[in-house]
Amino acid sequence: MVDLLFWPALLAYGEAAVAYAGNVRYPGLGRFAIWGVRAGWLVQTALLVVQAYRADGFPWDTWAGSLNLFVWLVVGGYLVWGCRPRYRLLGLAVMPFAAVLLGASYLGGGADADGSDHFSTAFLLLHVGLVLAAFAALTLAAALGGIYLWEERALKLRRPGLLRLRAPSLLTLELLGWRTVVVALPLLTLGMVAGFAHGASIDPQIVVTLVVWALYVGFLVVRPRGRRAALLQVAGFALVLTAPLGLLLTHLS
Amino acid sequence: MKLTLVGTSHKLAPVEVREQVALDAGAASELAHRLAGDGREAAVLSTCNRTELYIVAGEEDEAIAELERVGGEPLAPYLYRLGDEAAALHLFRVAAGLDSMVPGEGEILGQVRAAYEAGACGPVLDRLFRSALHAGRKARTETAIGESPSSVSAAAAALAQQVFGELDGRRVLIVGAGKVGELAARNLRSRGADVAFVANRSADRAVELARKLGSEPLPLEGVAVELERADVVVSSTGAAGFVITRDAVEQSVRRRKGAPLFLIDLAVPRDVEPSVGELDGCFLYDIDDLEAVVAESLAGRHREAERAEAIVAAEAKRFREWQASLDVVPAIASLREHAEAIRTAELAKAEGRLGGLSESERRTVDSLTSQIVNKLLHGPIVRAKEAAALEGVGYADALRHLFGLDDDGRDGHPRRLPGQ
Repeated sequence: MVDLLFWPALLAYGEAAVAYAGNVRYPGLGRFAIWGVRAGWLVQTALLVVQAYRADGFPWDTWAGSLNLFVWLVVGGYLVWGCRPRYRLLGLAVMPFAAVLLGASYLGGGADADGSDHFSTAFLLLHVGLVLAAFAALTLAAALGGIYLWEERALKLRRPGLLRLRAPSLLTLELLGWRTVVVALPLLTLGMVAGFAHGASIDPQIVVTLVVWALYVGFLVVRPRGRRAALLQVAGFALVLTAPLGLLLTHLS
Repeated sequence: MKLTLVGTSHKLAPVEVREQVALDAGAASELAHRLAGDGREAAVLSTCNRTELYIVAGEEDEAIAELERVGGEPLAPYLYRLGDEAAALHLFRVAAGLDSMVPGEGEILGQVRAAYEAGACGPVLDRLFRSALHAGRKARTETAIGESPSSVSAAAAALAQQVFGELDGRRVLIVGAGKVGELAARNLRSRGADVAFVANRSADRAVELARKLGSEPLPLEGVAVELERADVVVSSTGAAGFVITRDAVEQSVRRRKGAPLFLIDLAVPRDVEPSVGELDGCFLYDIDDLEAVVAESLAGRHREAERAEAIVAAEAKRFREWQASLDVVPAIASLREHAEAIRTAELAKAEGRLGGLSESERRTVDSLTSQIVNKLLHGPIVRAKEAAALEGVGYADALRHLFGLDDDGRDGHPRRLPGQ
């Protein structure tokens, strides 16, 4: 059953990634990409439901399971506003990444349905769920930052074909990136508080998460604009990427 | 009913000829109504690039004579004449902007609508123009043919939108009160931007343009100060040296707190020091950059035109099918009348035998016979319409022949089919 849901989800995400790439040259392909995202996300939702049902709890506390849930949150977040034609470039940044991570999750056993024996479901939902949701939002913010940097460079270099791509404006990208971080930081804070309240000790994963948290608190306090803001969003994402590594180290130790 | 188009356009006629036959809205409407009447329909589409007469059931020679009367000279070398399907396809292409100098230009759709509203349109032209407007809108929404800018001033405004998004409330500073700057300013203003200042060496011209644009005049010396508050700067002076230097922009950037500044340099020689474009948050486009954007955009429009052609061809085919189905309509009407006449005659003959029926029973018999007739005719009528759409008037003649119909709906002698 799990395989029956995993492969169609991966296939749909892969199709969306290819269609988004093709959309740069043939704008009509964007429509197929959007349907790929929608179909993939619905099938992955069904996959997660089946996993939860079989495990009778929270089956995503392994690094591979977390990756599975993380991909679902990223694509879900993207679906909130990313399907508009103006944001198709963002799909090109998000969907290949989502497809690769979902594949990695499967290889690591993230699509299995093994529940955790160590922690209660409520705690895992609160802690892992919130932290992953925050990381997913920060991933989207980084994608927005990446597109900002690319578009800013295209404008600086006065590339004549820029208008043909129908990308969002620089200020839209900046504002959306800011708002995404504004949403992500409280989620991350609550998730961390839940972890500490449960008596979590300092380990590599927590250190990485604390650094990410501090970076984004600084981001919201200083509120940099333009290129600097975009660079910080991308740098923050590089740290977010190291968090699963921290989780892996924690599990190995 | 035959549809005929007679006209001239930028493809055949130079501007000297086109301006002779150009008609204003009133004259176009008057000509359309003069050509119409007695079951004829007419509409006149007259723009700076074309004057075209669309007539239904009218004489082509009469239309040409009217055009030549307007032009005051023989127009034969500059005229095209198209009929039915070709005429419809032409109007659909015109409405989609595929026959325009700049593919996909948006103004023509409004001009086609105006010609339709001012014309003397009957059922055929009404359907033709409504279909053309639909095809024009569809080509623009389903392809990107009308999206990218086709002039330098439009490209400048589109690039400003790429930086700021909506331009509502964005402050524009115009440096130089020439025609080029004014065009760019108007384009920005049409997209919601607020033209705050017009700076010029000559105060009189600054005041004049500022009045036209609803902004304030500014001496050239005040530009450096206003750079701090402007979002978009359009410069087009005739000055020999740089009017906006890197130093001035650098100082304003420090006070702008990261807000982007978009500079459009339309002057030759250039007004803005080129290294300004290297500053953080500053985007500088000169005339060559904008012309490259326009060239790319026009190339894109030509690519999209291929997709728009397919849309327009499909709509034209639909119109042709509808027009062909019209040929069978009189025959169908005759057939219905013929059948109804037989039904009522037979009921009258049976009057004596139905004498014992109550009023309700009579109504039942009347309704029953109507239903039988309608059911018998339904299939043949539907198929005759379909076949006429595909194969033309032959089916109308066949119906008349088989049922012995006259065009006016009375019984008549069977007509001979073509070729008999």
